[in-house]
Amino acid sequence: MPNPSSQQGRSGAQCVVDGLISNGCEVLFGYPGGQAIDIFDKLYASPLRLVLPRHEQGGIHMADGYARATGKVGCALVTSGPGATNAVTGLATAMMDGVPLVVISGQVGMSLIGTDAFQEADTTGITRSVTKHNFLVRSVDELPRTISEAFFIASTGKPGPVLIDIPKNIQQAYTTQPDVQNVSIRAYHPTIQPPAEQVERLADAINKAHRPVLYVGGGAISSGSCALLRSLAETYGIPVCTTLMGLGAFPETSPLALWMVGMHGSVAANNAIQQADLVIAAGARFDDRVTGRIADFAQGAKIAHIDVDASAIGKNVSTHIPVCGDLRQTLEQLLPLMKKVDRSNWLAQVVKWREAKAAVYFPRKDGKLQPQAVIEAIDRVSKGAATVVTDVGQNQMWAAQFFRYTRPRSFLSSGGLGTMGFGVPGAIGAQLGTPEALVVSINGDGGFQMNIQELVVAVEHRLPVKFVVLNNSRLGMVRQWQDLFYGGRHSATILTQNDRPENERILAPEEPVYLPDFVKVGEAYGIRSRRVKTLAEVEQTLTDAFADPHPWLIECIVAEDENVLPMVAPGAALSEMILANAN
Amino acid sequence: MQKHILNVLVENRPGVLARIVGLISGRGYNIETLNVGPTNDDSISKMTIVIPGDLRVIEQVVAQLAKQINVFRVDNVTAKPHIDREALLIKVSTRATGRAPVIEVAMLFGAKVLGVHPDSLTIQMLGSQMQVDQFLTLMHPFDVLDISRSGSIAMTQE
Repeated sequence: MPNPSSQQGRSGAQCVVDGLISNGCEVLFGYPGGQAIDIFDKLYASPLRLVLPRHEQGGIHMADGYARATGKVGCALVTSGPGATNAVTGLATAMMDGVPLVVISGQVGMSLIGTDAFQEADTTGITRSVTKHNFLVRSVDELPRTISEAFFIASTGKPGPVLIDIPKNIQQAYTTQPDVQNVSIRAYHPTIQPPAEQVERLADAINKAHRPVLYVGGGAISSGSCALLRSLAETYGIPVCTTLMGLGAFPETSPLALWMVGMHGSVAANNAIQQADLVIAAGARFDDRVTGRIADFAQGAKIAHIDVDASAIGKNVSTHIPVCGDLRQTLEQLLPLMKKVDRSNWLAQVVKWREAKAAVYFPRKDGKLQPQAVIEAIDRVSKGAATVVTDVGQNQMWAAQFFRYTRPRSFLSSGGLGTMGFGVPGAIGAQLGTPEALVVSINGDGGFQMNIQELVVAVEHRLPVKFVVLNNSRLGMVRQWQDLFYGGRHSATILTQNDRPENERILAPEEPVYLPDFVKVGEAYGIRSRRVKTLAEVEQTLTDAFADPHPWLIECIVAEDENVLPMVAPGAALSEMILANAN
Repeated sequence: MQKHILNVLVENRPGVLARIVGLISGRGYNIETLNVGPTNDDSISKMTIVIPGDLRVIEQVVAQLAKQINVFRVDNVTAKPHIDREALLIKVSTRATGRAPVIEVAMLFGAKVLGVHPDSLTIQMLGSQMQVDQFLTLMHPFDVLDISRSGSIAMTQE
């Protein structure tokens, strides 16, 4: 323990707690351990709401869900070594989707660093490529400033996760340095103001375009530009498609909505991109899941790209009109330069494409419940008011395709990294950030088991999250690829004994029908749980659950062989959509 | 593939070199040479990175480097009038040929003999990367025992 005579000012641990509070943190997701215990000690009597996840990965996803739902910086605290390594998946998830997080990790004392001490890991080394920035704090005097810098970096420019690694002796050392407000960082000047001449070029291109399309990504939501985008689209008659991350940035009920673009995008969006003469990318990054085969992407179009991240421009496609700047400021400068142009032919074409709907599924003869119908029921019963948090895979794509999003931050999903296990903790974080919202967590039976332990947090904190499990006893998206591209060889994707390949199967003794029995799992956590097999049961259960101020687990036993359609095969062009199953 | 010389001004702090090198390797680019040293401002270091790649790739590297929190500035000096220099130390066995032919080649390049041993010469050469490459080609027929190259440093002439 530190020598009492040197205790002038505050301890490093106290600086952490004070710094979090002074930077606006209200909820902290923290899992304690030997090298973080000093900080937890100072949290003991603090006004911060402290949430204990049951695994550090879950804790980071909760902070992430909180940040996505609110737009605030999500905060988490983990211990050294395994605490920090467990946080890596959560950091990478937030990094790919530009989610602002500040994550603090304990570290072994400075004198032990590099000695392979108990629970030592090179945390800044390990997390360097999955954070926007990270710090190893080497002096307690730097700590107050570092915490404010972390919040500044996380929330400005293209947002992202920042990690602060704090050795135990720094937590215990004392400093007289005060908290720091309004930091600036010498070498960091997040681009904000777009160059006026580029905005003029963009305006000129739009005014001359006959077949323009807005291609809107998550940046529209994080920069708070949705209202301006809507005004641009509606006033000047420009149809809008969004990426997965951009769902909700533009109301999907609008006649100008083309819905989602890309691998599982709509006929309208993919055709519009391919036929356009101008594609205006707004806060999107031309991900391979969006573009399909790059050589064939929007061949007839000029590409304009507005992004706050200069490195995103020209990374995947050549850009004719680059505009590096904050999207909101760009649109504010752009709108006064716009002219009304008659594009009735183009808009008439859009009306025709929209007849194909955002996505379709085909009625079954065997009466099995269809997962797509469950999503439609969630939209219907919630009257479109739900905040949907998804896991990853088929459940995620169906949630994107069959619910009409009309509000920003109403669809939260791990888009870039595609992290299974996000659905449960992400929804818990979102509910903590938006207590009044109807948060619906949509999962497959695979991903639901990747962070199932976090269900307890919903119960402990009285969070009325509705957990939906679309149980097809499959790792469905991989199963779909195996059927389409791997000759139907279902390697490691069948979660029941029947239909498994020989090397995965043990027939006797017979196993339970439901393994695990999700209803019993839910009940073990004290969650109202119901298993449903028909659409009528789904509707009734959703109605009951949405009216009830408690968490629910709704297990939907769905057909095992439904595919996500339309689909652009990996490496194919957007115009080469698979619209229906071959059989 | 064209080589590009990037001058990167970074904060002189622990971990910055690792971040820059990790970024470049993590995105699949190859560093040919890398040189780091102090500048006339104690708090700033200059990294000179030589990377082969076409212009589009290099533009992406520059943009990725520029957005790092600790990076002040990235300059692709290849695109501008510039001077680049690299230092070379080379040790050549003179057992088979005697000293004279080795010294003759060294003199042609303005290289300096720094060390003389009964069976070897140690030579210092300073020049652009291209001159160093040429010099090494001419030394190749001799029995080269060891070489050390510094990697390029560069400065624009503006």
